[in-house]
Amino acid sequence: MSNRTAITVDDLTVAYNYKPVLWDIDLVVPEGVLMAIVGPNGAGKSTLIKSILGIIKPIAGSITVFDKPYKKQYDLVAYVPQKGSVDWDFPTTALDVVMMGTYGSLGWIKRPGKKQKKAALEALEKVGMLAFKSRQISQLSGGQQQRIFLARALVQNASIYLMDEPFQGVDATTEKAIINILKELRKSGKTVVVVHHDLQTVPEYFDWVTFLNVKKIATGPVKDIFNDDNLTKTYGINYKVSVQQ
Amino acid sequence: MTISEYIELLFNDYTLRTISIGTAVLGALCGMLGSFAVLRKQSLLGDAISHAALPGIAIAFLITGTKNSNTLLIGALISGLIGTFWIRGIVKKTHLKSDTALGLILSLFFGFGMLLLTFIQKMPNANQAGLDKYLFGQAATLVENDVWLMCIITGISLLTIALFWKEFKLLLFDADYTKSLGFNTSFLEVLITSLIVISIVIGLQTVGVVLMSAMLLAPAAAARQWTNSLSLMLVLAAIFGGFSGVLGTAISASSNNLSTGPIIVLVAATFVLFSFIFSPGRGLLFRQIRFWKNRKDLELYKTLAFMHTIAETHENISHPHAVKILNNFQGYTKKSLQKLEHLEYVTIKGAMWSLTEKGYQKAKNLYNQQDTVNE
Repeated sequence: MSNRTAITVDDLTVAYNYKPVLWDIDLVVPEGVLMAIVGPNGAGKSTLIKSILGIIKPIAGSITVFDKPYKKQYDLVAYVPQKGSVDWDFPTTALDVVMMGTYGSLGWIKRPGKKQKKAALEALEKVGMLAFKSRQISQLSGGQQQRIFLARALVQNASIYLMDEPFQGVDATTEKAIINILKELRKSGKTVVVVHHDLQTVPEYFDWVTFLNVKKIATGPVKDIFNDDNLTKTYGINYKVSVQQ
Repeated sequence: MTISEYIELLFNDYTLRTISIGTAVLGALCGMLGSFAVLRKQSLLGDAISHAALPGIAIAFLITGTKNSNTLLIGALISGLIGTFWIRGIVKKTHLKSDTALGLILSLFFGFGMLLLTFIQKMPNANQAGLDKYLFGQAATLVENDVWLMCIITGISLLTIALFWKEFKLLLFDADYTKSLGFNTSFLEVLITSLIVISIVIGLQTVGVVLMSAMLLAPAAAARQWTNSLSLMLVLAAIFGGFSGVLGTAISASSNNLSTGPIIVLVAATFVLFSFIFSPGRGLLFRQIRFWKNRKDLELYKTLAFMHTIAETHENISHPHAVKILNNFQGYTKKSLQKLEHLEYVTIKGAMWSLTEKGYQKAKNLYNQQDTVNE
């Protein structure tokens, strides 16, 4: 882990209609961490990620990625949206979806060529989906769709990866495969931020954690702050997990 | 009139040729852009826009007093755009969902348009008649200039789609991701919507405000049935749309007084119906056939699997067993036994059956094989 900060969030407030979804969030994501964002439903986890990506406009606050606004750092950040956010009956193939990861670096109008196809095939292989490259995406299982989304982000070859519930609705094999890729990313110095729901696996998978429930409850190394106190503050109930360290 | 006579007429009759080319180009254009509307789940937007165009036509006539189609279409374009703008505003600013907003604007604008039309009809002006052709369309009024305009718009649309193909595809599939990659999604959305609005407006004269949305949706819905590729879907939708135009014109030309617009729409609807039933991948017919076949195969394999468990208890797999020990619970029927013999999985001698080597191997790998089929 280096001393640089990958993402800095300052006084971020976001609201849909009247109710604030995120309230006055300050957050620093150091470079090279594998961070989980945990919190109850409606805590604003997805909103936080979407705000960092500029998909949602905040009411107040500023966000920088490696000390510059996100608008100037598109090529440094890769995004894995929630699987359910798209229509999987869209007429296209697995390879085609993964190729979309190269569109950002291509910029406007330019079409993907051999180089982009090669990169996409490599990413498909990494997630164990090469055999499915010509498969119509509606005929993929939930876990396979998640792997395709992951491959699409890998193709971007970014420094920061923001993932919205990549473990949602996937079987144990896929979960292992995904976490191995995430750990590999961290090993190569990338920063990975994951919206995560399964509290039991936090200490095993992640080295950094942020507790969020509209307000930021705590952020820091898992071994220092992943305790019953913060869990109770976040989830509002007396939460006990067996933390093995 | 026979087909050859009609084709001859098509080459000789200037009016018929103009109308045929016009409806073909219009159908192709609408099919192409309609694919985008369908995939964006904005099928009803076309309906709202076309209905919203009606008061614009009436107001343009009231202001200018001319029936020149280009002038009236500019009015249609403006009020269509206002309608679109209001729909977006309602969805953004209120808690109403988009179907409610579409319905509201559609009926509000259409009602206002009808009011203006009846007002115009009562005016003491000889020039008033004929505006109602925009209700259901009147392809017969198409002149060469109208067709040229359609061709130009189609050319511009083709060019735009070719240029921004990658971006459109990305936006249609995953808008948030498109934004995260740094593309200006508002620009792309305005571009797509503008093309759709313009194509609706130039189709009003031919098909009319009431049926215009079918021109957008029907070819696209039919095309989706035949392919899993976006580019092929656009091409097919354009072909279906174009053919609907030509065929519809032909039918209405060969039988007197049948108005062209509704017939074009009916032809397009026939394409949809045919595609829903007969397309190989998604069609109802083949899906049902596949379903039956799978069920039959499954029964057959059940019998085979049962035979396999019996055969396994003997050292010699081809040891004969009595047919009597098979029963219906294992999917056994006389027919299924015959079929197994036909497939050379078993041999039957009198009331005894025995598994062949081929049948044994098939039964042994039954579930593995089914896995590989599914993978």
